[in-house]
Amino acid sequence: MADRLNLLWLQSGGCGGCSMSLLNAEGPDLYTTLDVAGIDLLWHPSLSEASADEFVALLQAIVDGRQRLDILCLEGAVMHGPGGSGRFHMLAGTGRSLRDWLADLSMRARYTVAVGSCAAFGGITAAGGNAVEATGLQYDGARGGALLPAQWTSPGGLPVVNVAGCPVHPGWVTDTLAQLAQGELGPAALDELTRPRSYTDHLVHHGCPRNEFYEFKASAEKPSDQGCMMEHLGCLGTQARADCNIRPWNGGGSCLKGGYACINCTAPGFEEPGRPFTETRKIGGIPVGLPSDMPKAWFVALASLAKAATPERLRRNAVADHITVRPSVRRSK
Amino acid sequence: MRRCAPGAPRMSRRIYGPFNRVEGDLEVQVEIADGRVAAAWVNSPLYRGFEQILHGKDPRDALVYTPRICGICSVSQSMAAAAALRDAAGTTEADNGALAANLVLACENLTDHLTHFYLFFMPDFARADYAARPGFDAVAARFKAQTGSAARDMLPARAAFLHLTGILAGKWPHSLALQPGGTTRAIEPQEKAQLRGIVAMFRRFLESTMFDDRLEHVTELDSVAALQRWATSHPRSDFGCFLRIAAELQLDALGRGGSRFLSYGAYTLHGVPLFARGIWDGGPRPFDAAGITEDISHAWLQGQPGPMHPLRGCTLPAIDNAAGYTWCKAPRLDGKVMETGALARQVVDGHPLAHDLAADGSSVLARVVARLLELARVLPAMEQWIAELQPGAPFCNTTEVPDEADGVGLVEAARGSLGHWLRIRKGRILNYQIIAPTTWNFSPRDAVGTPGALEQALVGTPVSADAASSAAVQHVVRSFDPCMVCTVH
Repeated sequence: MADRLNLLWLQSGGCGGCSMSLLNAEGPDLYTTLDVAGIDLLWHPSLSEASADEFVALLQAIVDGRQRLDILCLEGAVMHGPGGSGRFHMLAGTGRSLRDWLADLSMRARYTVAVGSCAAFGGITAAGGNAVEATGLQYDGARGGALLPAQWTSPGGLPVVNVAGCPVHPGWVTDTLAQLAQGELGPAALDELTRPRSYTDHLVHHGCPRNEFYEFKASAEKPSDQGCMMEHLGCLGTQARADCNIRPWNGGGSCLKGGYACINCTAPGFEEPGRPFTETRKIGGIPVGLPSDMPKAWFVALASLAKAATPERLRRNAVADHITVRPSVRRSK
Repeated sequence: MRRCAPGAPRMSRRIYGPFNRVEGDLEVQVEIADGRVAAAWVNSPLYRGFEQILHGKDPRDALVYTPRICGICSVSQSMAAAAALRDAAGTTEADNGALAANLVLACENLTDHLTHFYLFFMPDFARADYAARPGFDAVAARFKAQTGSAARDMLPARAAFLHLTGILAGKWPHSLALQPGGTTRAIEPQEKAQLRGIVAMFRRFLESTMFDDRLEHVTELDSVAALQRWATSHPRSDFGCFLRIAAELQLDALGRGGSRFLSYGAYTLHGVPLFARGIWDGGPRPFDAAGITEDISHAWLQGQPGPMHPLRGCTLPAIDNAAGYTWCKAPRLDGKVMETGALARQVVDGHPLAHDLAADGSSVLARVVARLLELARVLPAMEQWIAELQPGAPFCNTTEVPDEADGVGLVEAARGSLGHWLRIRKGRILNYQIIAPTTWNFSPRDAVGTPGALEQALVGTPVSADAASSAAVQHVVRSFDPCMVCTVH
């Protein structure tokens, strides 16, 4: 049995939504999930009693080496602005930027985990012209090297573990923490952006309830239509790396099941798609972003064949908000 | 801001922060005289710049960006953005879409009330500061942060309740389901049954654990005296436990605020809100959004010559503004400080218990009771909205956002009045300004030096010299259920 690990959770340039999503953990609840995974919460902003002076004393004890820290989680981007000063986020009561605290704490923590796309890559907080100079812990968008250098590894021997997503699925976090606690999360378990492969080896397309519409290129044209949203409504599910349609959200949901496009929120730079989020950019009528690993010529050939073969049922259901044509029954003799 | 009143006896200063069990980052500085807060300054120490991010974007992209202002008020932000776009487009929602949006917003708001009570607010009564008080052990066993039994009861109920949003909007937080014309997810007949089941399970949790009583009985409480009688007869409920603590600690006298309340009106269907729109200022007054201004005199901001209406306002950082002590602007209605939130909503709506609780102004007790009163009042409305859903009828009307238009979206989030002001020029967002509930409540001083709602409510709060935690200050601050990531966005 591995030793139990303690966990410190901090928030910076973000919305707190990853913590809120984490509280949605169920079967069992978050506290029980962490407990059975062998993780003790040293401090979390939404959950812990210690406030103000008590909390600052805890941080100082970690920096001074008087308090052991196993897992440092950051939610939200690292705020470097304005002008590299870090003053867009001063840690209350300390007169010191959270960025500077993070630099010290990450040297002490056995493992450092970025929770959400802001902490991993900068995320939504880095959108627009990124006037606030937001980055992830170890990535600035897709480029390695931010607060922590590209080649940096923590005292536990891992780079920052990027549990990207906006927000994260609670299971992505709890699975990752449980694997860390068991010593099962080695470098091979992380992808090329150091995201846990446990969920990024999948595409959002896997298990999408609209797959039959996709197969026949029966496309939705407006919000609430049931058809595939790749052709017109900006959906990136065939390229986005996550298991959202395999691992249900809030009981049984997902973006696709909710009727709206995947915006590829686990990827660096998703916050600036270079087009309206819910509109597909096309050249010559063909979507610019093709499904992952699909040769363009084959996609064009298959798509035109599929369009020609689209059953009436799919053609009509794709542009309706409920099933108007049922599957036919094949009668046996 | 660092003036001390000359000759004041035993004056000292203290900084509280970082405040946890609030959403986001908060620092409160107080001046203490004779063991009480004499003046307070509230600092929102994180700035992200959403208004600048939105500048130049396609207007529809506001539906992606603005929910991500806040992970705990995400649907409220979606709803305000959708309403502003709808206003700009001059269109209407499909009836089903309006019902579904109300259900999703109510799910978030009630979830937030629940989270506030169990995870953010009650654990302070299990602090060691109170260890000598009678009944402390039971309170600590129930509400102690991380270890109390209440959170283990509440978290599964919360997660199961949010399945409603899983069905109607895909996920929570950060959905794109709420659109100007309605919602993107049409419901099948059997899903109405599933929604009914989810709400019924949440009703069971509230009626067994939170209230130990029917929701309708809680809704009928019409005076402080009736509330006190109810507390005596429902000692096993978590609400009853709070009311007993509140009586012992005199939370009705703590965190006393003003008597001016603002509500934009909540859960509107066919133009009629479930909870009325208006203001309360010694009596009911009509509300005119044209009277709203934001002042930046005490914020680290620049670009406004004086207080400005949000449609014309701007949000540009200026870290070296010497008079600044926060990133938060100072919103005012007709130049006045307003308190917003569940209490304001219930006072403006005319609920007799809220009126009695706030007869002499707001308080820690009144703010907390109003939230739980809303749990009891809104859930039956959700049951009604589910019944009115019509599978097969449209959920979303087609909306074309015009190239040149202004739009305003005013909604009630859990924490109070949330407004989005949008100007579209040449098909792009020219200006997008947001005033969140906690921007009102945790406002800094304005140009004439009038402190914001929390700054006023903290004055008079007892501060013990030895206790670092100063529990009373924590109760006052958390009674507002602040959302700092919304406050400065």
